[in-house]
Amino acid sequence: MALSIGRRLPSHRFLETHSIWLVVGIIVAIAIGGIVEIVPLFYLKNTIEKVDGVRPYSPLELAGFNIYVREGCYLCHSQMIRPLRDEVERYGHYSLAAESMFDHPFQWGSKRNGPDLARVGGKYSDDWHFDHLRDPRSVVPASIMPGYPFLEKAPLDYQHIGEDLTALSRVGVPYSKEMIDHAVDDLRTQGSPDSAGLDDFLKRYPKAIVRDLRIDKRDVSEADALVAYLQRLGTQVDFKLYDDKANIR
Amino acid sequence: MANSTTAKSMTGGEFGLMSLMLALCVITLFIAAKAYSAAYAFHAGLFCAASALAAFAVYQRYDSRPAEFPPAEIEGKPNYNLGPVRFASLAALFWGIAGFSVGLYIASELAFPWLNFDFALINFGRLRPLHTSAVIFAFGGNVLLATSLYVVQRTCRVRLAGDLAPWFVVLGYNFFILIAGTGYLLGITRSHEYAEPEWYAIIWLVVVWVTYFLVYMATVAKRKEPHIYVANWFYLAFIVTIAVLVLGNNAEVPVSIFSSKSYPVWSGVQDAMIQWWYGHNAVGFFLTAGFLAIMYYFIPKRAERPIYSYRLSIIHFWALIFLYIWAGPHHLHYTALPDWAQTLGATFSIMLWMPSWGGMINGLMTLSGAWDKLRTDPVLRMLVVSVAFYGMATFEGPLMSIKSVNSLSHYTDWGIGHVHSGSLGWVAFVSFGALYCMIPWIFQRKLYSLKLVEWHFWLASIGIVFYISAMWVAGIMQGLMWRAYTDQGFLEYSFVETTEAMHPMYVIRAMGGALFLLGALIMVFNIYKTLASQSETASETSLVGAAAGLAPAE
Repeated sequence: MALSIGRRLPSHRFLETHSIWLVVGIIVAIAIGGIVEIVPLFYLKNTIEKVDGVRPYSPLELAGFNIYVREGCYLCHSQMIRPLRDEVERYGHYSLAAESMFDHPFQWGSKRNGPDLARVGGKYSDDWHFDHLRDPRSVVPASIMPGYPFLEKAPLDYQHIGEDLTALSRVGVPYSKEMIDHAVDDLRTQGSPDSAGLDDFLKRYPKAIVRDLRIDKRDVSEADALVAYLQRLGTQVDFKLYDDKANIR
Repeated sequence: MANSTTAKSMTGGEFGLMSLMLALCVITLFIAAKAYSAAYAFHAGLFCAASALAAFAVYQRYDSRPAEFPPAEIEGKPNYNLGPVRFASLAALFWGIAGFSVGLYIASELAFPWLNFDFALINFGRLRPLHTSAVIFAFGGNVLLATSLYVVQRTCRVRLAGDLAPWFVVLGYNFFILIAGTGYLLGITRSHEYAEPEWYAIIWLVVVWVTYFLVYMATVAKRKEPHIYVANWFYLAFIVTIAVLVLGNNAEVPVSIFSSKSYPVWSGVQDAMIQWWYGHNAVGFFLTAGFLAIMYYFIPKRAERPIYSYRLSIIHFWALIFLYIWAGPHHLHYTALPDWAQTLGATFSIMLWMPSWGGMINGLMTLSGAWDKLRTDPVLRMLVVSVAFYGMATFEGPLMSIKSVNSLSHYTDWGIGHVHSGSLGWVAFVSFGALYCMIPWIFQRKLYSLKLVEWHFWLASIGIVFYISAMWVAGIMQGLMWRAYTDQGFLEYSFVETTEAMHPMYVIRAMGGALFLLGALIMVFNIYKTLASQSETASETSLVGAAAGLAPAE
């Protein structure tokens, strides 16, 4: 009894009897699609739009980004507004590739159990965010988001943040040596508006939002970093100046 | 040992593995002492303890084994190595229950958010990767390990290559699962869906996976059959492609050897493309190619019929693996990924319908002349229904990859429903069917109760229907509500109003999941009673005549 009906294909017999060539055949078959779809994204110039204003994360924002990653926020919140009428009216201008060019890893998401966050920056006050993180249902009664009261109790661990900047510079984020050397100070400066290094900090990270975190009285919390990250989301590109036509793809 | 004629000495493999494990133990102890975070220190400690244990186990095994290795053949019949197969099939049951339970819990969290208890370790964001990894990589992965290491021996009619290597593969893989899973709970994640484990877990996985590939190839290389059976093509495509995908998607720079954190080399749009090239082909090669191999072995065996068409197998195989790899961009429709890539992804996704259904037809038509068995054999019914679900999910997939459909379905629960019709209906059912076949064979016991398999089948089937219908309704409803406008041209619903509308669907979904879990618990009980019984042998060797039928036609 044969396990299959029909005569063997002589042309396929070779692969069925030579395991190494079968593996080579598999590799060739699976390589083509990936190469065609991925490689051009690294050299086609129109893949990432030319825009002004997108800069690498400041150390505090980066620490917040890492909290966002750690808590798996991307599992319920997208950061990718599609160019559809309802999305643009609900969330704002559709997302550009340039806006996530420094996101290692990208946070576009795939499911919206909660709303898109690509342009949440500046929509709510810091206080709203702290209340919302502590107890989402205190500000949005029908919300199904978990509460994150532990974030404001956890002191932010930032003594190694310079190494994070170094690692990111290795993968192409334009952090200068100066930025890396000042990383810990810059993180504290963004939480103390009266600090002497403020001007230099703002030169390194233009338009960064500096707020008083009362660093002399308490530790910077994980919630502080997360809110700093959330409040800058989608605020980098000035869409009054952005030229759609110049970036048609 | 008294019987052995040659003097016993440690093999190079035993000595090498012991030394490597001891070295790993020392290195990870050092890392644990200087780790930046408690979570990472815990993981380094786990590595240290496990490698010390492994070194000790290798020595113990050497100490108690006879001088001579088990023979490759006994009385002209292959002496199959079933230890690692047994371990992986029981591990699959354990992880299955764990994964389904976590799934039920997070489904309940979406219906009743107070279940998060404001407690970091069980928040939805940390449990969701635990659920997906536990069901895909722990349950599915162990089913694939168990069946592949079994099928490759049977279809090549040789004993598995290697002595320690197959054990290293199954134990090492399960240790990877342990590291990955505890990491999610502790907040160690790369935030790439289905690719969350951090750099050190991936390095370990790559070592295990390369060993798996070598064991598999070495076994195929010494086969007694002239032809490599079709199930092995699919297993090989699964093993090779997963290796390529993992290496591509996990290019990353660790912050420090003392930190669990790493940053991917890719960012933004390229990272998105590479992630979904990986992500969709984790579906294509882990959840499809690997389980199609199971279909190509276990359905013909259980139905005692030959595969319907050999030529269709060839077309199915090459068309499937060539087309699947292109389909990733359909996860990124209308995003900032360039249009040309989205269009390519959609085009190939639609073409993929054909080989998928070719494979389904090949599986179903294998029942030709044996359809009556569906009435009497619930195990075969499970296998066949899984193929029907495969057909349904692979029709729905191309449909959802059409951009205009995707504009509605994307970001909604329709995607969740689609995934589960494939994973519960196809992957889990074909796994259950294969385990119900294989566990009695490899433990040489008679299956305790077919009646309980009936119960499992019906509970799980009803659970799936609850689940996917609830998600279809939820997904399409939410998609339509997001784009609904009032007469005055304003958006009709706020986001949270659409969330409220989901609640009844989320409750029904959780009920479906509970039924599915209940079915799986019945299976575990059934298997437990099977193993505990002293019943007669039900080895597949009773099918030795039929095993000759596995020989490809010349």
